[in-house]
Amino acid sequence: MRTTAMTAAATPGPAYNFAYLDEGTKRMIRRAILKGIAVPGYQVPFASREMPMPYGWGTGGVQVTAAILGPADVLKVIDQGADDTTNAVSIRAFFRKTAGIATTTRTVEATIVQTRHRIPETPLAAGQIIVYQVPIPEPLRFLEPRETETRTMHALEEYGLMHVKLYEDIARHGHIATTYAYPVKVEGRYVMDPSPLPKFDNPKMHRSPALQLFGAGREKRIYALPPYTDVRSLDFEDHPFTVQSFTEPCAVCGARNVYLDEVVTDDRGGRMFVCSDTDHCGTRRAEATP
Amino acid sequence: MGAFATTALATAAVAGGFADPVFDAQAVFRLLMGAMAEPGTVADLGARVAAPAPLVPAAAALLAALADGDTPVWMADPAGAGEAAARWLRFQTGAPITEDRAAATFALLPERHDPVGWASFPRGTSDYPDRSATLLLPVRDFAGGDGLVLAGPGIAAERRVAPAGLPEGFAAALAANRAGFPLGVDIVLVCGTAVLALPRSTRVREG
Ligand SMILES: [Zn+2]
Repeated sequence: MRTTAMTAAATPGPAYNFAYLDEGTKRMIRRAILKGIAVPGYQVPFASREMPMPYGWGTGGVQVTAAILGPADVLKVIDQGADDTTNAVSIRAFFRKTAGIATTTRTVEATIVQTRHRIPETPLAAGQIIVYQVPIPEPLRFLEPRETETRTMHALEEYGLMHVKLYEDIARHGHIATTYAYPVKVEGRYVMDPSPLPKFDNPKMHRSPALQLFGAGREKRIYALPPYTDVRSLDFEDHPFTVQSFTEPCAVCGARNVYLDEVVTDDRGGRMFVCSDTDHCGTRRAEATP
Repeated sequence: MGAFATTALATAAVAGGFADPVFDAQAVFRLLMGAMAEPGTVADLGARVAAPAPLVPAAAALLAALADGDTPVWMADPAGAGEAAARWLRFQTGAPITEDRAAATFALLPERHDPVGWASFPRGTSDYPDRSATLLLPVRDFAGGDGLVLAGPGIAAERRVAPAGLPEGFAAALAANRAGFPLGVDIVLVCGTAVLALPRSTRVREG
């Protein structure tokens, strides 16, 4: 079944600021975004606002989206690759109500994609913007809890500890065990947390033609990757970075070289692997059934 | 200054702002964000404001969208030749106008402003490179000048630009600014209603 992907714009209620945020907050966030673009991978502090949703729901990404959004935008929101989770549905509804904008589930139709933990399988194009919801923006946080220290480490490019941690993985497991939030180095300068993406998605960030913006609400940080920015996953000469690979194709659409989720099919241990990107899977199925 | 002239200045200050503050500010920001994300491209912000000289329309629109009480704006001679522009900015944005370069978040440079003076604008700190100024520099045209070859984030390979009316030593000043990365100023060239951004991440050579 193919559902209507595009939802028509609704008229915003008069009780809201456009996209909820007041104009002063938008200006402050916009200035932070511009500085983030000028210094790719550096975490710009901003005065995060209370949003009408809990922090775990991506308030940083929501504020970034609210600050950039205009009436002509078409917004897609995904959560772990899916458009139909409660989180994604709520955020889409929030912006339809407060900004009256059109929303979509189709990656190719979106001008802005707000995401929690995946990059769509369909390659993003020039002119598109992807907004990441980030829970913990500081890649060095689990090595050094003090903000003043991590700031100094970034300032001095003291990233040795990060390599030590990855190397300990190799000593213990024979390979780098980190599979989510796998750290990257931006333009050979800043080590950056790509948000809890599966490392499968890391190569999609490298020299993407789309503008990538990151918002962390609780930790009050914004950072950015302009198009065509160098984004390298940290690794070692004798242990090069590799992505997860799947032996089976998607059980539903047959796609290979995509990120698959394991789905339990019955209570007797039955399971199958299907695309995590629901738009990608649905589009392939629709194309296969004329 | 006589009463008539003062009244005229005050009238000029309240006129010429965004017709639709919410959507004009969003549109200007989005175009500027695109220009910053793809250095060397020209973005026309549109004729959204009417500001007194020497404010270039694009600079006026940029500040109307982004400046406020938290962002001091540096300009030359705000009590003299720049008085009408200073009043307009204060009224339209609430931004303090400053003659102290070290305090500036935005700087309205005069045409062909000597880059030697740019060193005294904030370049950020190693812990907070974002605490740096954005310099708005008027040019005569975005074409017809000496060629510059740009590379870096936002540029797939290389991008060639040739703005006309740049100050002497511009390319060398940009190279020095890039050498200090991640510290540095971000530069926005303005001409008419259009902008061309050169953030500190951009590598520049003559060619
Ligand atoms: Zn599939």
